Amino acid sequence: MATKVVMEALSPTMEEGRLVKWTKNEGDAVKSGEILAEIETDKAVMELVARGDGVLRKRLINEGDTAPVGQLIAIVAAADENIDELAGGAADAQAPKAEEPKAEAPAQERPRDARTSVPEDPAHSQGEASTPPQERDRRGHERFATASQGAALGAGDAEPGDRVRSSPLARKLASDRGVELGTVQGSGPGGRIVKRDIEQAATRPQLGAAAPVAQRAAAPVAERRISTEGDYQDIPLTQIRKTIVRRLAESIGPVPTFYLTAELDVERVAEMREAMIELGDQYKVSFNDIVLKAVATALQQHPEVNAHWLGDKMRYFNRVHVGMAVAVEDGLITPVIFDADRKGLADISREARELAKRARDRKLKPEEYTGATFSVSNLGMFGIDHFTAIINPPEAGILAVGSVEERVVAVDGAQAIRKRMNVTMSCDHRVIDGATGAKFLQTLRRLIENPLMLVY
Amino acid sequence: MPIVTYRDALNQALREEMQHDDRVFLMGEEVGEYNGAYKVSRGLLDQFGPMRVVDTPIAELGFAGIGVGAAMVGLRPIIEFMTWNFALLALDQVVNAAAKMLYMSNGQFPIPMVFRGPNGAALQLSAQHSQAWESWLAHIPGLKVVTPATPYDAKGLLKSAIRDENPVVFLEGEMLYNTKGEVPEGEEILIPLGKAERKRQGEHCSVIAHGKTVLIAIQVADALAKEGINLDVIDLRTIRPMDVEAIAESVKKTNRAVVVEEGWEMCGVGAQVVDYIQRECFDFLDAPVLRVHQADVPMPYAKNLERAAKPDAQKLTAAVRKVLYLE
Amino acid sequence: MAKKPPKSTSSKSNSELNHSFLRSMLLQRRFEERAAEAYALGKIGGFCHLYIGQEAISTGALSVLRPDDYVVTAYRDHGQALARGMTPRSVMAELFGRRDGCAGGKGGSMHLFDAKLNFLGGHGIVGGHIPLATGVAFAIKYRGGDQVCLCFFGEAAVNIGAFHEALNMAGLWKVPAVFIIENNRYGMGTEVSRAMANEDVNARAATYNIPAESVDAQDVFAVRDAVTRAVDRARAEKTPTLLEMRTYRFMGHSMSDAVSGTYRTKAELEQEMRRDPIILLHNRMTEAGEIDDAAYAKLDDEIKVEVQDAWDFADASPEPELEELYKNVVVESLVTSH
Repeated sequence: MATKVVMEALSPTMEEGRLVKWTKNEGDAVKSGEILAEIETDKAVMELVARGDGVLRKRLINEGDTAPVGQLIAIVAAADENIDELAGGAADAQAPKAEEPKAEAPAQERPRDARTSVPEDPAHSQGEASTPPQERDRRGHERFATASQGAALGAGDAEPGDRVRSSPLARKLASDRGVELGTVQGSGPGGRIVKRDIEQAATRPQLGAAAPVAQRAAAPVAERRISTEGDYQDIPLTQIRKTIVRRLAESIGPVPTFYLTAELDVERVAEMREAMIELGDQYKVSFNDIVLKAVATALQQHPEVNAHWLGDKMRYFNRVHVGMAVAVEDGLITPVIFDADRKGLADISREARELAKRARDRKLKPEEYTGATFSVSNLGMFGIDHFTAIINPPEAGILAVGSVEERVVAVDGAQAIRKRMNVTMSCDHRVIDGATGAKFLQTLRRLIENPLMLVY
Repeated sequence: MPIVTYRDALNQALREEMQHDDRVFLMGEEVGEYNGAYKVSRGLLDQFGPMRVVDTPIAELGFAGIGVGAAMVGLRPIIEFMTWNFALLALDQVVNAAAKMLYMSNGQFPIPMVFRGPNGAALQLSAQHSQAWESWLAHIPGLKVVTPATPYDAKGLLKSAIRDENPVVFLEGEMLYNTKGEVPEGEEILIPLGKAERKRQGEHCSVIAHGKTVLIAIQVADALAKEGINLDVIDLRTIRPMDVEAIAESVKKTNRAVVVEEGWEMCGVGAQVVDYIQRECFDFLDAPVLRVHQADVPMPYAKNLERAAKPDAQKLTAAVRKVLYLE
Repeated sequence: MAKKPPKSTSSKSNSELNHSFLRSMLLQRRFEERAAEAYALGKIGGFCHLYIGQEAISTGALSVLRPDDYVVTAYRDHGQALARGMTPRSVMAELFGRRDGCAGGKGGSMHLFDAKLNFLGGHGIVGGHIPLATGVAFAIKYRGGDQVCLCFFGEAAVNIGAFHEALNMAGLWKVPAVFIIENNRYGMGTEVSRAMANEDVNARAATYNIPAESVDAQDVFAVRDAVTRAVDRARAEKTPTLLEMRTYRFMGHSMSDAVSGTYRTKAELEQEMRRDPIILLHNRMTEAGEIDDAAYAKLDDEIKVEVQDAWDFADASPEPELEELYKNVVVESLVTSH
């Protein structure tokens, strides 16, 4: 019976070995236990011995070659035994005598995985879980969640220094009894609010008592669910995409951003707005509402920018959830108009107004400000005619909208005064390439400049 | 009800269990003719003879291993260490043999035995003889670790330990042997291992203690009760497995806790208790949990220094006041 | 209890006994060779100490025992496990860390156990298991039985405290234990003369008032005879014995140790391998006309098939269920309540 000679693990940590020297030639008789070759391990040069008797019929790697543990490197068999099958199989499994076995080596099956020191699958290294499922104090964390949204406009994260110190029990009691922690004076060390402080506060009538917050606008929430499976398509990264990602991130930082600016003519938008206002207050919409609607419609036509960057893949959404940056007292927050592409202008307008108000009142629920697929930030009302916004990861793009201004422009070869508006799209280059973003802006321009398309 | 010393309660437990099961034998230094270094085994040699009450040479490692071997083939040894400080010499047998045999053999060789002896500081015995070992031993899966505080518990827990199918580390308080308490006569007392007991009922602060520190906790609770501060004193009784439910139930009620132990702070039993509390009672805490323990030094000899090193009623009281925001 | 003559195998003809010894030793040899191969392929992990060269000790010694006697050994335990009657399948599956291993894959190479065969384990701490053997022998005496406990360990273990404490109490209390030093001359890489102030086993045993003998342990019959005398003494007189089996390990200390080079020379190894216990027995049988080349080859082939079967069985056996992780840490049973 033929004996396969494989690269053996000659040290406990060896994963591949370099064949230093064959000590037997093809055709030599060998006996079990005889030395066939010298192998350089990760530690030393060791001897590889035969594990069967016969003739060294075939050597499958050359001196100097490296082979992973487990790879067939020679065959010992009786002189007349047919070894074609064994030798052929080896030829398929690897390119023998190739110059670059090193690069391929780790890809081979690694039979010694039982001894790798790091558990490969963290799920398998289950010690007793000392960590319970994170129990979050919503009140305490909302502040941070809010602050992090500031990234969209470049505002720095809020310092947690002004955090109200309170015992876990005090926080829970406060939440149960509707006591605002901020209104309570702590009596514990360092001003920590403790149980007795909440109990005292709860017996006093509350100033500006929190009207039951939660019930208010609960109605359409169920339908506003954040995207779930089926609402998007995950695209694995191609090699070229991986290279682009690596190079760009090296160049400009974790989110390699580029900017596309376009000046849009909003003469017709302005006309349409005025016409609507004339129809009555209920038809009144803002420029921004129209921009939101246009963005949503354009996103619907350009799923390639309606996307998230997820590190190892890009996620393209079939639903359009537009985040809308709202300035609040100490930062900003980005509530979301879910399924904006399926909503009419009137709905968007009403929802945008409500969300903005509730954002300023600090009454948004987390599910109302997470899940956007793309965002819009508008500083036009502050007289900013042009700016760039910072992408709110994992979103791949954000549109910065400037003020509507009258400008002198050339129209059909003649000077004209037109209402114009700058938009700048920040694009995560890992997901969106220049042309892709430009096409999206093209569509957006067509919609904004022909606003009746939005009503369609 | 008869008042019995902790020492005699242990003696009763040994006697009853040796009568109850002839596979049970006692082995250790001076357990027979000398009647025990602390007289826990008084009279047993006369009653049971030298095959069941075995005097050994001074060879902790050897006779601990002999106990493990005997347990492997069906006997139920009780190995007495003259003190747990000497048991360090035998830890290979406790940790590598007794605790692992069942697991390594995939259930083929249970080790039903007890390692017992005095633990913790007595008076002026200084560094090498004044140590509390429960955190070391409770670290080991495969062992059970028991620390009785009262004569009643000593008897009921030792009897259960002897009947347990696992290696049980039984840590007696060296300073407790002379303490007295009620132990009913003519009644089979078997206290399940792994169950804590509330020694005082109160709603203001939990004090979690074991072994000798239970007596300190009771003393402090009784004193503070006069000021209207009521402590919930939880005696763990068993360190491994630990009665997490009892701890959580108490702390959820009082919202604050102090953990007191004889051992050192670093990686002590109290650290484990605090971990359970932060996991199980996070929303119920109104103050950080505090610990009272031996000073982080080898035990000094001089009286005043020794006193300063040990946990006591004063230190426990201060900690309780602190978590109650009373100072 | 009836005093039964211990030489229960003496009724067999010599030839039969020779054949059974040859078979047992060859099985251990082929098993270990394949274990080495499996280790090299990553099917066996951790520490793995091979018995090659020492097979006459397990074979000769365990041939003396009755089924109700006990065996305790160290971590170089594959040979004793097989000689005691554990199947190659259950041992190989344990080495592979599989469900059908003798310890369900939880013990591994160093911790082979079989309660049904009174095989009380391979133990991993040098010398730590010697007190266990005294304890088992103590329990035999406690119950008034006439079994014996055989305890195997390497020569390096006699320098550790546990050895002395265990032998002192065994000698003091007169318990039926036989302590077998497998002196393969190297404690890992340390030659015995570099580790022992006095190598004389008799002097050592005299300290504990225990009889002792030194044996050429490459001769399976010399082993058997010496162990027979010791076991007889243990059964009849409850007296322990210390035996020194002079042997040689043909492999490294463990799989991560070179066979020769650093602490012993190739020449020495080759010299010792000429006294391979299997070759010695084979020669003796050939001279006596008890076996010819064809019969030997047939026996060897049968054994190779058996070991291949053990390999295939172990390879096919599933890994332990993940739930096993938390099983048998402690015996889950409640204390009898009143």
